[in-house]
Amino acid sequence: MTFVNAVVQGIFLGGYYAVLACGLSIMFGVMRTINLAHGDVAVLGAYITFVIVDRTGASAFVAFLVAVPVMLVLGYVLQLTILERSLKSGILTPLLATFGLSIVIQNLLLITFSPDVRSLGGSAGAVTTAGWHVTSDLTVSALGILVLVVAGALFGAVQLFLSRTRAGWALRATAEDADAAELVGIDSRAMYARATAIAVAIAALGGLFLAIRSVFDPFSGPIQLIFAFEAVVIGGMGSLWGTLVGGIALGVAQTLGAQIHPQYATLAGHVLFLAVLIVRYGGGRVGFPRLRGVVALGRASRQ
Amino acid sequence: MTLLRVEQIDSRYGLLQAVKGVSFEVTEGETVALIGANGAGKTTLLRTIAGAHRPSSGRILFDGADVTRVPTHRRVSMGIALVPEGRRLFPGLTVEENLRVAVVPGRRGRWNVQAVLEVFPLLQPRRRLLAANLSGGEQQAVAIGRALLSNPRLLLLDEVSLGLAPVVVNAVYKSLEAVISEGTTVLLVEQDLTRALSVAGRVICLLEGRIVLEGESRSLDRDRVVGAYFGLRRPVAGGAPA
Repeated sequence: MTFVNAVVQGIFLGGYYAVLACGLSIMFGVMRTINLAHGDVAVLGAYITFVIVDRTGASAFVAFLVAVPVMLVLGYVLQLTILERSLKSGILTPLLATFGLSIVIQNLLLITFSPDVRSLGGSAGAVTTAGWHVTSDLTVSALGILVLVVAGALFGAVQLFLSRTRAGWALRATAEDADAAELVGIDSRAMYARATAIAVAIAALGGLFLAIRSVFDPFSGPIQLIFAFEAVVIGGMGSLWGTLVGGIALGVAQTLGAQIHPQYATLAGHVLFLAVLIVRYGGGRVGFPRLRGVVALGRASRQ
Repeated sequence: MTLLRVEQIDSRYGLLQAVKGVSFEVTEGETVALIGANGAGKTTLLRTIAGAHRPSSGRILFDGADVTRVPTHRRVSMGIALVPEGRRLFPGLTVEENLRVAVVPGRRGRWNVQAVLEVFPLLQPRRRLLAANLSGGEQQAVAIGRALLSNPRLLLLDEVSLGLAPVVVNAVYKSLEAVISEGTTVLLVEQDLTRALSVAGRVICLLEGRIVLEGESRSLDRDRVVGAYFGLRRPVAGGAPA
């Protein structure tokens, strides 16, 4: 029964990782680059929400809704000022630029907010503490369910946006061939900027859940980036639903690892990540459904 | 009236100058063919007119307005559409998505997705397929349909027959006749000289980035065009090669 409990808790944890990874996956899918400041952007979102809560006394969820437009604008500006230039100069430059951005965000947060540990758990209402004992060994927390439902809704919404709306088609068209997209009247610069804006806003949602689930400080970002990155890779880079599955797989691996020994939680996640990498890139024909896509991406990046 | 006016355009790739001081005009409703050997600068010239390539000097006027610095997507909404070399479909989008994403809001005209599917009936059963899974002819039809959906006043076609079976080329050109008869101005690049002379009212021949021959299709005899095409002799009347 403790095993079942571990899996259930892992799924809830995985919902959080999936939200965190969603923005990273979108940016990789559209711009073929990894935003190394993604975790710090999430933490920045948490701080912006924290400030609003602090000033107004509003609920963390209401404060987050106010923070969303701020994050959208930040993402748009980030693309037009930093990422757009760096993307033009090869694949290494955006990595360096976002790595630098990560350090800048961490230190600006440190200067502004001190290294104190904060949490939004106290301002999120009853959802933080509510839960149900299904059996003596199995507990289901309201927050876990909330995060998982939001994760499902988020991925569903992004999928609908990409497959059903003109803006979504334009975004996918730009991702596949920005030059050809321009030729059919799509403003590819605006498309990239929108993708980053959406990714940054979703990162802030991850930051909100981090802040409600546990605590955060100016240097919480990098480890969140690692978890998000692992979720994206486990699910298959460039695959949106794969990211949801990858996040949940990572969460389950971590809680199962913790069953063996609490220290093994993060390690188990890394082991799963490495195993997926070895099987997918080292093993050749293991019949992974995304293998073809990954190979195609590899080919595209060599061009 | 003049729809397109190209003035002293120079286009280069780094040190290589692909187009050298080219000037010409296209009148509204006309069909003009750009011909020339490989590397003559035809594709670069079309891409420069469409905005996908920035000229190093010269001006492009469309409907009287200077569009030399206007970004590509804005030129599309002004009425310039290019069917690029190699078709350049979005392989991960379905045929229908490829077409619908190209609809330019605010440009009214004859062409909508339904009208395109009527002109290219072979696409009708393929609507939900990914563009990557189409045959070459089907892909070309999508590429042309995609360009038409912006309801262009000037349609630029870059080697639409390249890599297609002759029977498919015939079908593609038959569909194009419908487009041309609608009054759309067409500037096309075509390797097949006979085809170019039969479709276009006027022919412009490029050699190493310069215009070496220009004239009405009817008034040009084939030998003269071939000579200009390969640069065998200067395109002056009567001069036999030495």
